[in-house]
Amino acid sequence: MHLARVIGEVVATIKDDNLTGIKLMVLQPIGASGDPAGRTLVALDSVGAGVGEHVFFVRGREAAYPFYPVEPPTDASIVGIVDHWTVG
Amino acid sequence: MILAKIVGTVVATRKDDRLVSSKLMVARPVDPAGKAEGSYLVAIDTVDAGVGETVLIVSGSSARMASGMKDCPVDAAIVGIVDHVEVPELAEAAAARQGR
Repeated sequence: MHLARVIGEVVATIKDDNLTGIKLMVLQPIGASGDPAGRTLVALDSVGAGVGEHVFFVRGREAAYPFYPVEPPTDASIVGIVDHWTVG
Repeated sequence: MILAKIVGTVVATRKDDRLVSSKLMVARPVDPAGKAEGSYLVAIDTVDAGVGETVLIVSGSSARMASGMKDCPVDAAIVGIVDHVEVPELAEAAAARQGR
């Protein structure tokens, strides 16, 4: 799983049926210091995260599991909102 | 998932049987502001997207979860057409530039 900051939302009317009703968020992955690390991506939201919050997200096939038994076509999903983190 | 802009189509007569009648598009990944980044990719279109549109592309084994793609040899599928992207900090930066 990876740390990221939610920086925005995506609005898409025409989409895969299994994506209906699920929020699409724009994430900026971050490093341990909180600085941006890598390219932005779009992830499904399974926890009700909002813009500006720090979250952790899962990549790959497993990203569909939070929405079981529906299997939305996604390779990234937010699975937790971070309260705080410490390193070292 | 990534945001990408569709820049073209691919026509292939000889292909895997499970890809018959699938639409193949050439897409260029973009950032939330719409600026192109990275290299081009070919994606299967499952939502009837057109050239010039910004779309959502799902990559890897998850692409097979797109509608009608079960057991197909696919690692990139277009699963949504983007109406707009809302990134408040980008909007603020643009407003600051205009105000200058």
